[in-house]
Amino acid sequence: MTSELDIFVGNTTLIDEDVYRLWLDGYSVSDAVALRVRSGILEQTGATAAVLQSDTMDHYRTFHMLERLLHAPPKLLHQLIFQIPPSRQALLIERYYAFDEAFVREVLGKKLSKGTKKDLDDISTKTGITLKSCRRQFDNFKRVFKVVEEMRGSLVDNIQQHFLLSDRLSRDYAAIVFFANNRFETGKKKLQYLSFGDFAFCAELMIQNWTLGAVGEAPTDPDSQVDDMDVDLDKEFLQDLKELKVLVADKDLLDLHKSLVCTTLRGKLSIFSEMEANFKNLSRGLVNVAAKLTHSKDVRDLFVDLVEKFVEPCRSDHWPLNDVRLFLNQYSASVHSLDGFRHQALWDRYMGTLRGCLLRLYHD
Amino acid sequence: MPGKLKVKIVAGRHLPVMDRASDLTDAFVEVKFGNTTFKTDVYLKSLNPQWNSEWFKFEVDDEDLQDEPLQITVLDHDTYSANDAIGKVYIDIDPLLYSEAATVISGWFPIYDTIHGIRGEINVIVKVDLFNDLNRFRQSSCGVKFFCTTSIPKCYRAVIIHGFVEELVVNEDPEYQWIDRIRTPRASNEARQRLISLMSGELQRKIGLKVLEMRGNAVVGYLQCFDLEGESGLVVRAIGTACTLDKLSSPAAFLPACNSPSKEMKEIPFNEDPNPNTHSSGPSTPLKNQTYSFSPSKSYSRQSSSSDTDLSLTPKTAPSPQGPRIYLCPSSPPLSCGSLHLKKSCLLLSDSSLAPHHCSLGSPVLRKSVSFSEELFLAASGMGSGSAGKEGGPFKALLRQQTQSALEQREFPFFTLTVFPPGFLVHVGGVVSARSVKLLDRIHNPDEPETRDAWWAEIRQEIKSHAKALGCHAVVGYSESTSICEEVCILSASGTAAVLNPRFLQDGTVEGCLEQRLEENLPVGCGFCHIPYDELNMPFPAHLTYCYNCRKQKVPDVLFTTIDLPTDAMVIGKGCLIQARLCRLKKKAQAEANATAISNLLPFMEYEVHTQLMNKLKLKGMNALFGLRIQITVGENMLMGLASATGVYLAALPAPGGIQIAGKTPNDGSYEQHISHMQKKINDTIAKNRELYEINPPEISEEVIGSPIPEPRQRSRLLRSQSESSDEVTELDLSHGKKDAFVLEIDDTDALEDVHSLLTDVPPPPGFYSCNTEIMPGINNWTSEIQMFTSVRVIRLSSLNLTNQALNKNFNDLCENLLKSLYFKLRSMIPCCLCHVNFTVSLPEDELIQVTVTAVAITFDKNQALQTTKAHIEKSLQRASADTEELLQFPLELCSDSLPSHPFPPAKAVTVEKANPMGEGNFRNRSAPPCASSTVGVVKMTPLSFIPGAKITKYLGIINMFFIRETTSLREEGGVSGFLHAFIAEVFAMVRAHVAALGGNAVVSYIMKQCVFMENPNKNQAQCLINVSGDAVVFVRESDLEVASVQQPTANCQPLCAGGEVTT
Repeated sequence: MTSELDIFVGNTTLIDEDVYRLWLDGYSVSDAVALRVRSGILEQTGATAAVLQSDTMDHYRTFHMLERLLHAPPKLLHQLIFQIPPSRQALLIERYYAFDEAFVREVLGKKLSKGTKKDLDDISTKTGITLKSCRRQFDNFKRVFKVVEEMRGSLVDNIQQHFLLSDRLSRDYAAIVFFANNRFETGKKKLQYLSFGDFAFCAELMIQNWTLGAVGEAPTDPDSQVDDMDVDLDKEFLQDLKELKVLVADKDLLDLHKSLVCTTLRGKLSIFSEMEANFKNLSRGLVNVAAKLTHSKDVRDLFVDLVEKFVEPCRSDHWPLNDVRLFLNQYSASVHSLDGFRHQALWDRYMGTLRGCLLRLYHD
Repeated sequence: MPGKLKVKIVAGRHLPVMDRASDLTDAFVEVKFGNTTFKTDVYLKSLNPQWNSEWFKFEVDDEDLQDEPLQITVLDHDTYSANDAIGKVYIDIDPLLYSEAATVISGWFPIYDTIHGIRGEINVIVKVDLFNDLNRFRQSSCGVKFFCTTSIPKCYRAVIIHGFVEELVVNEDPEYQWIDRIRTPRASNEARQRLISLMSGELQRKIGLKVLEMRGNAVVGYLQCFDLEGESGLVVRAIGTACTLDKLSSPAAFLPACNSPSKEMKEIPFNEDPNPNTHSSGPSTPLKNQTYSFSPSKSYSRQSSSSDTDLSLTPKTAPSPQGPRIYLCPSSPPLSCGSLHLKKSCLLLSDSSLAPHHCSLGSPVLRKSVSFSEELFLAASGMGSGSAGKEGGPFKALLRQQTQSALEQREFPFFTLTVFPPGFLVHVGGVVSARSVKLLDRIHNPDEPETRDAWWAEIRQEIKSHAKALGCHAVVGYSESTSICEEVCILSASGTAAVLNPRFLQDGTVEGCLEQRLEENLPVGCGFCHIPYDELNMPFPAHLTYCYNCRKQKVPDVLFTTIDLPTDAMVIGKGCLIQARLCRLKKKAQAEANATAISNLLPFMEYEVHTQLMNKLKLKGMNALFGLRIQITVGENMLMGLASATGVYLAALPAPGGIQIAGKTPNDGSYEQHISHMQKKINDTIAKNRELYEINPPEISEEVIGSPIPEPRQRSRLLRSQSESSDEVTELDLSHGKKDAFVLEIDDTDALEDVHSLLTDVPPPPGFYSCNTEIMPGINNWTSEIQMFTSVRVIRLSSLNLTNQALNKNFNDLCENLLKSLYFKLRSMIPCCLCHVNFTVSLPEDELIQVTVTAVAITFDKNQALQTTKAHIEKSLQRASADTEELLQFPLELCSDSLPSHPFPPAKAVTVEKANPMGEGNFRNRSAPPCASSTVGVVKMTPLSFIPGAKITKYLGIINMFFIRETTSLREEGGVSGFLHAFIAEVFAMVRAHVAALGGNAVVSYIMKQCVFMENPNKNQAQCLINVSGDAVVFVRESDLEVASVQQPTANCQPLCAGGEVTT
């Protein structure tokens, strides 16, 4: 006696959260059954393994059919085939678009093209996440990217509107899209200590301050016809950043800057002498990073540069985080007192974001 | 030109990409009704076209309005080649034709294609302007309401229940006509869908005409079925109960004026012969007196009968050229076939002395030694039933004659209802059923009397005569079904023989009700159990005892019925689903030989199914079955029998005796031991089941039963053991043997199997109950959480040396595993009850068995349940003592006629609490309603006639839909399971969309009548046909009603429920 066909269809679609998780994690039916057996469900319910197998198959089939709709979540809301309560719909979508930290760190900032997809095998081996799950996560990234890439308006809002994700998840996706678009390098060895959260934090700051969208929202220019885009960095801004070079190129300015910072911070930092000794190097590093951003190659290396030029020197001198904060605040603020420097607004736009990023990146 | 149909195509959404190059679609819509077609403009390059068309107007006859579906086809415009069809929507506009139902159909409909399934949605608005037509000879029956619900719909009152209506329509099956030609399957399947839609429209119209002739205005319990006879064509047939319904303005008006079922019996003088004109069922009035015209031997024909010889009688006319037209069969059956029928069935009877009397389930004492003389006896009593019983008292005779007068001029006094207005059902005799094996041949000449119609008429006659044999004049809970395999067809009909109250069957009811007198104090809640037949002339051997409730009338020891549990029935404990499952191997044979083989097997099948049912019932410690449905399915090399019913313990019936096992070789020591071990196991199971289902009937001493005036000492005797008392009871019942004499003889492996299979049925896990009736006795505190589902399983048998035993085991496992799966899947709903569990078996191929289950899971409140249980135990104790009080008061009551208004009817308190599915408990412990969906309105579906915790405010019309889905890429669609899963989900979606478009939010009495699945894995192909129906309704949550009016009366129509609830 073999079961040829075995289905269960409810008027309200039954969703088992545990099975959904197993499905999302890319387990095969037999693996999922084995895992469910291990969870002790048979003892709890008095069911047999055959029942579990049939139940798992049913859920997998349902999820498979739902997957097409999950690719465009608003369709899930409007479709008529599956009657699912709204709270469950939200859960289905949220879980489907959720991703693993380990996975996202592997692909963050990479080009979301087919070429990368071939690397999914390697990622799967490396992270222990099933290839299936890697595929889903990668495809999610790519899908969201494609939909919002060319779209005007707030990146987060666009994602939320087209994929009906929670605020938290929409922000994460905004970061992923932003990183993929700008191809920031995140995979270098020295960046391994950084979490997705660190990058997402930086991405959010950059989107808020460094993109075209940030300009469009400026109150000085309400009728801006500029593409209101959050995905691309403001090219003009990047060009302008060259002007900051004067801060390190002009020796007087550099010295003045240093003395302003040192005067204020004297006695306030535990690593004052190290700071004093390193000031010019650090400042040069930070300003040069800005000046280089005109080249897209250098944009990609932004995080590598920041870590190399700032985080690592500070860390090797064992700066406490609080001292880093005090230093960066003072370093940014002091520029306002440099009479010869005319790019205060530019500096603030640059340094305001960079300060936030650096503080986030500064940890072990 | 009495009607104008107006259609507007608004928009489409989620259309499929038809142009690969642009990833877009240039869609337009064709709207077709009858022979008229309109087209919208092409909406270029969009997957979400906004046509916003003008109003397309069709000026049509109302006849066409009833027959034709509105066809909407969505196409992709193609400049260079033929336009590609995206899909279709069929809209049945019937709901717009009666005044009280929907006024407009408007909403998003899934666009359906037989190959691709649902492909986007289309927004359509449909309206109908009807002009009054007073033409007496009109062919339409607009305005007759149809209900699938097998009870009087909730917001209506039955003025008259006219009776049985039936009709059938035949046609060539386009699938078979076209099979040899070069064609795309889609074209033929679409033609098939269209044809069936057309045929069912026509059928409904014709049934409607019959209803109008009977002066009714509605059909209740409408059941329409398709017989896909293959080469010989397509038969669409329907049965129903014609009624005159009144819309209720408030539910309170539904409360009938009288409480006792039999009060006004005598009031209607029996010479008040109802006017034949008002009651004639269609054109068949000449048959008015035929019930008396049977020859005595006719009643032998209850044996499932006739086969090959019948065939020779069917008219073999030369095939005449015929187009795909539709022909109506005359509804009056030719009676000439009677003689042949008789001959054949006598023959059958004589060569099977083991033949069980399967019609007389009323008290199925199914011992293997059913003798021929008993059969004769039954025949005699069947004839004599008109002549009133001596012992049964003059009342019974009177009643019988009266009902007779009301019913007998009807051709078939059948009712498809399973739930009745209070007082309608007087007595229940038992299950009557008839089967007949037929050979299908091509429907050659539709102008000749239709053979299909004659076949059914024959079966119905048989049913009618069985009912007579049981002293009954009506059959309730009546249904018909077929099972077809190749050219052999088994026709089955079954129902419950009953005596009805004529009040509902004729005009002038209200007056009759008002001036009623109490003739007999038939206590509410047990009257229907009292035997309708004559005690001394019993149609079959049965153990009769005095009713355990009123102690005045005789009751059988076991009662089998096809109806739902009457709302006023007194039940102890909870009920449970009981199934008998059986397979029999059959040699492969052709045509007549095959038909003979099948008809030879049938009696044995029936016998065994009933034995199983009886054993399982006893094992559960219960004494009555409701909702019994026995399905016999024929396959190439086997027959399957599946009987489902809900077992209960009726307080009025005696406690069931145990099951005794007897061995053949008593001297063998180890064998003895084995036997006694088995016996112990069985006894343990019975005890366990009694506990599980809370069956603890009050102990009753024999004195109580013996005499109406109890001894004062009797209270002290209340704790006597059950076995003791029941033995004594039977001793009093002198004419019959010991009741406990239900003996299973283990004399061969077969019987051993039986016992094993008895014990292998696993009870549902804790927190789960199941039944196949509408409501579960003992559970009343339903929450609003319901989940309707369909589950399908197909197993492949290993073809190697299959034996009957192995087959039985496979089938049993299949059903049990299916149930287990359901319990597991629905575990989050615990505590919950699976209601209306409907199993269907089919044998699509040689080694395939397909089981389809549709049911609804309803959560109930556990805390409430516990309270109820406690209260119940207390009450049953209370009752035991109260019973004696009642008896003491009895003589008083007899004089004062005050029983119904008894201030504290103890028995009633128990029942009402159970019978009320939407009791007050709901108001307190309702779970919060789920937040409303933002875009798509939730449409509930349920096979029940009600929605827990809600009140149905409007019936919008019948939903009757037929779909075919096919694929040539089975593997790609996830194999057979993926294919069918998607299809059933799509069917649900289309039903919901239609209901929503009618303005409804639920389908009640939903049923999946057919799910025919065929596959050809080698060709990577599969095909499935599904037919569903139900009633679209609008319901309002009781919580919302409460807000609207504090004075909301309880949303049901039981008498005296207020009194009952005070005591809970």
